[in-house]
Amino acid sequence: MLQRVQHLLGTESLTREQITFFLDQSKPFQEFQRYPLKKLATLRGKSVALAFFEPSTRTRISFATAAARLGADTMSLQAESSSVKKGESLIDTVRTLQAMRPDGIVLRHASSGAPEFVAERLEVPVLNAGDGAHEHPTQALLDALTIRDRKGKLEGWNVTILGDLLHSRVARSNIHLLAKFDMRITLCGPPMWMPPELEALAPGVRRVPRIAEALDGADVIIVLRVQTERIHEPALAAEEYILGYQLTAERLRMARPDALVLHPGPMIRGLEIESAVADGPQSGVLEQVTNGLAVRMALLYHLVGGAPVDAPHPAKERSNAAD
Amino acid sequence: MGHPMRVVEKRQLLSAEEIARTLQRLAHEIVEKSGGTKDLALVGVRRRGVPLAERLAGTIQGSARVSIPVGTLDITLYRDDLSTVGPQPVLQSTEIAFPVDDRDLVVVDDVLYTGRTARAAMNGLFDLGRPRRVRLCVLVDRGHRELPIEASFVGRTFETSDSEIVEVRLRETDGEERVMLVDRVP
Repeated sequence: MLQRVQHLLGTESLTREQITFFLDQSKPFQEFQRYPLKKLATLRGKSVALAFFEPSTRTRISFATAAARLGADTMSLQAESSSVKKGESLIDTVRTLQAMRPDGIVLRHASSGAPEFVAERLEVPVLNAGDGAHEHPTQALLDALTIRDRKGKLEGWNVTILGDLLHSRVARSNIHLLAKFDMRITLCGPPMWMPPELEALAPGVRRVPRIAEALDGADVIIVLRVQTERIHEPALAAEEYILGYQLTAERLRMARPDALVLHPGPMIRGLEIESAVADGPQSGVLEQVTNGLAVRMALLYHLVGGAPVDAPHPAKERSNAAD
Repeated sequence: MGHPMRVVEKRQLLSAEEIARTLQRLAHEIVEKSGGTKDLALVGVRRRGVPLAERLAGTIQGSARVSIPVGTLDITLYRDDLSTVGPQPVLQSTEIAFPVDDRDLVVVDDVLYTGRTARAAMNGLFDLGRPRRVRLCVLVDRGHRELPIEASFVGRTFETSDSEIVEVRLRETDGEERVMLVDRVP
């Protein structure tokens, strides 16, 4: 029996079966994105708090759209407008949120572990939308869905993750998830962004200093976002990064001919990825965006919908309702 | 499910042969009352409406020598009686590979009871487009409606009590072929 997931805190704590379950449950929602009428009443009357204590456009819009398409209302709390800047503690902000009686909280926070902290204190399901450099589980799930769709299965591929591995929660969530599906994971980036402890995150992870070696035999390449504020001389000049690690069309030929290229966005064309690659046939970037909606709808449907785990079973089941 | 309710089989409502005859009749009725097969398409409601829709389409195709598109609809997302009931049900996919706009649709399900499934199916269909006409076909109508919904094509009607369950068992989904009346006893 599948253990029910109450909070989505990270991919590290999910089992392979739970991950497969959520990917399977995303399928009907992928289909749904093609419907002319994209509005369900499934979560009607439920409200989802979008608590973003760190700027985010893509993830926030994706969660807000997913909630809206399921019929839920959203309450938005953003760093710019919230009391966080006025020195309010996380727990006070969260208590305030809870007082508004949301049925789910989507949380992005600059501190690693913030979603867990909140989940331990509130009754409400918490979905981690990125915490510090720790985890970004919905990104890893949507990446996995894109890999499974494009490559036909999720198991056994050679996956190369390129870029700023040190600061990347996307990389961590992906490493945890992909390792559960027996992937061989190759990390490649500037040495200062590739600490040795990354290899200890999961079995099958190796660090490779040179991009040629990292791309050789790759079935999937995940290009991480490089934050421009982290690129500065003398430590690392942009030209140096481009020269050493940019995924160019020429370099992509070193990977398997059918290698899939993913990027969590926002992309900086000409820095970590060349436009020809981002827009090329091997790119899955736009599918990632659509799949992100499907994955988040599936998660909201299962975590926010339904009664609490310990709710009593109704005395009378409906007979002859669909099974 | 953990509750102390026992389920006992009371009697057989339809045999395999009667199911086959009923479906045969329903297929003919659908063609007759539709004035042909133009734009006709069947939509089976998961789970047992799906094999029923496929069998009806097979019969219609056999006699009218036309191809009748069959789609399947998962109504889980459209139901209104789930939000307070334990964990959310697992979703199946809706597979309707033809545009429903301007189609003459017949929704197929095994049992018509409260009418809530039919309502949910209609909501689901209208998210996909705007059909010209939607009608409902059921193998068994057991009464106890909670919504103003009736089927255009009814296989058999049975009087039932509220505690009873009409179990349609089909080869494709259940490995046997008959309709049973079962009752729940405390």
